Amino acid sequence: MPAGNRKPRVALFVTCLVDLFRPSVGFAAVKLLEEAGCAVEAPRAQACCGQPAYNSGARSAAKKIARQVIDTFQGFDYVVAPSGSCAGMIKIHYPALFADEPDMSAKAKELSSRSYELVSFLTDVMKLERVNARFDGAATYHDSCSGLRELGVKAQPRKLLASVSGLTLTEMRDAEICCGFGGTFAVKYGDISDKIVAEKCANVEAAQAGALLAGDLGCLLNMAGKLKRLGRKTKSWHVAEILAGMADGPAIGEAENE
Amino acid sequence: MIPTSRAFKENAREALGDPNLQKAMTNLRAGFVERRALMISRLPEWEQLRDQAVAIKKHALANLDFYLETFERNVEAYGGKVHWCRDAAEANAAVLAICRDLGAKTVTKGKSMIGEEMAVNDYLEANGIVPVETDLGEYIIQIRHEGPSHIIAPAIHLVKEQVAQSFRATHTQLDPKRKLDDARQMCDEARAIMRQKFLAADVGITGANFLIAETGSSIIVTNEGNGDLTQSLPRAHIVLASLEKVVPTLEDAATILRLLARSATGQEFSTYTTVSTGPRRASDIDGPGQYHVVLLDNGRSALLGTEFEDMLRCIRCAACLNHCPVYEAVGGKAYGWVYPGPMGAVLTPSLLGIEEAGNLPNASTFCGRCESVCPMKIPLPKMMRHWREREFSRHLSPLAARWGIALWAFLAARPFLYHALAEISARLLGFFGKRSGRFRTLPLASGWTDTRDMPAPQGRSFHSLWKALHEKAGP
Repeated sequence: MPAGNRKPRVALFVTCLVDLFRPSVGFAAVKLLEEAGCAVEAPRAQACCGQPAYNSGARSAAKKIARQVIDTFQGFDYVVAPSGSCAGMIKIHYPALFADEPDMSAKAKELSSRSYELVSFLTDVMKLERVNARFDGAATYHDSCSGLRELGVKAQPRKLLASVSGLTLTEMRDAEICCGFGGTFAVKYGDISDKIVAEKCANVEAAQAGALLAGDLGCLLNMAGKLKRLGRKTKSWHVAEILAGMADGPAIGEAENE
Repeated sequence: MIPTSRAFKENAREALGDPNLQKAMTNLRAGFVERRALMISRLPEWEQLRDQAVAIKKHALANLDFYLETFERNVEAYGGKVHWCRDAAEANAAVLAICRDLGAKTVTKGKSMIGEEMAVNDYLEANGIVPVETDLGEYIIQIRHEGPSHIIAPAIHLVKEQVAQSFRATHTQLDPKRKLDDARQMCDEARAIMRQKFLAADVGITGANFLIAETGSSIIVTNEGNGDLTQSLPRAHIVLASLEKVVPTLEDAATILRLLARSATGQEFSTYTTVSTGPRRASDIDGPGQYHVVLLDNGRSALLGTEFEDMLRCIRCAACLNHCPVYEAVGGKAYGWVYPGPMGAVLTPSLLGIEEAGNLPNASTFCGRCESVCPMKIPLPKMMRHWREREFSRHLSPLAARWGIALWAFLAARPFLYHALAEISARLLGFFGKRSGRFRTLPLASGWTDTRDMPAPQGRSFHSLWKALHEKAGP
């Protein structure tokens, strides 16, 4: 937290999927952060965290992107991403990426110490206890892998969702098991990915919730895409959209008026 | 065993379409995952135990030469012999020489993954010696002429009807009308047949879960007791072990054993934990006349000091397999060699080369569940990523993927160009996807859209909307 009464200056790391597919998640994040008392900026010199390159074994390309991100986000009190996966990349993997470069390693660690996944930032740093939002119906929450296992995001979204009026959280079986997305895995090993997401969809359906929530758009595109292909009525939302009370437009993969 | 890891995708497709396999894989959860979770919930010192075990193995690996030589000295002090083998060929030759020396005709075998790695059964058979597997799962796959699909439950990919069918086809001396409906009946039948083999065997071969430097002992754990009969009845006991199995003391092994059974089968301890030290002594009423340890390297020492060294901590509990969504979806045989699942995805390229096994470390979502359940805290996803890096730096990854990554990285390092393209894409895809909200097909993404819809973008990129908003608001 900055000294004095100044609002913490928070840079939104938009993430490339939110930027391209669902800007409403970015705006929901901005609303939540502002309501929690932050001054939010979205630096334009950002694109991707480099994870696709990093996980494809293209270490030097990943480093090039990471350097750009480290430069762009200097000077902010915090960097916050509406994604456990991208936040995990910055917080956990950037320091590992530059372990052999002392100068960059220090910068990566410094950025790491200021970087957070959105929902855990709201609860753990901004000490947010509740949100002012309404959502009528039952929802089930999928724990995305990186957020859960790299950053320990588990209780935080559930705590804030409990404060959404009208919302009942119904836990699905195996909420902690991967949805089969895995970035390029979903395309490279499409039929295995499909088998895993089909299992996830069966668990979502068994939970009998009208809405599926998660904190990562990659997983959501995968799960929503499969639910839609299966002809299910379940609506998929990023958890930020629900917490910000911004679930009034079409859900993920849905047309207007669907 | 001829590796088919190159054909992982084809193997996986076949596995996904195999109803018996898919039914069999549903047993993983109740058989392993839930029992493990229950056991660990009852052990408050679990995390401390993990740390202790990691420290033991790290110490042993850092002083591997010392502990292996100490082990050898103590094996010899008790009248046994250690055979140092660089690769599978040397190890097979060592086993055959021992068998020939004794004029052995049949060999009983306890379960050994090193034996699978050596393909010792094929080798012995080709040299006129009959090997008989005595672990029930191994026996089943032996009579079916298959490889194992799991490192502790080699026949997990089969349903009991398939096993019954194989028993009827093999045990032709028995009444064809006998009942073989449940596991108990099949177990009894296998037991009766094996009893004769145990008594007839000239040599018994087992694996080793641990080699104990201070005493020159080997330890195996089993639940069927087959290992004890395998090693104590014949004239010679051969232990097949890879060199990273050594730990300094019995106390160290006892610490790691507390993790092993809980992680593997959700038991506090395996039914049998057998310590073997040397051949029968004059005062012993039974036991083998000879005790040999065939110590296999097979590429492992080359991992020391590399980014893959942590893999040598593996105690083969299979928790990573049991908790892997990819393994659960396709089973172990799709991986195409001896070691499947996350540990196989790291170890197989180390032993066979990344050219052969490149698919394995790529076929992971990096969900991280394997690392979280690994009792030895092996960073499996990190090492799979290292394999991808080696593959990428040696230009072995597919050209399309390499170009895709290069283009992406080029754009991502130039945010303003990136934003222009993102806005165009968002508008285009948003426009075409507006009516239904999703795509049923998309060029270059059939791997996705063959089985799933692709949700359509909302129509504008975040950054263009943000810019418009903030320019309008003015300074």
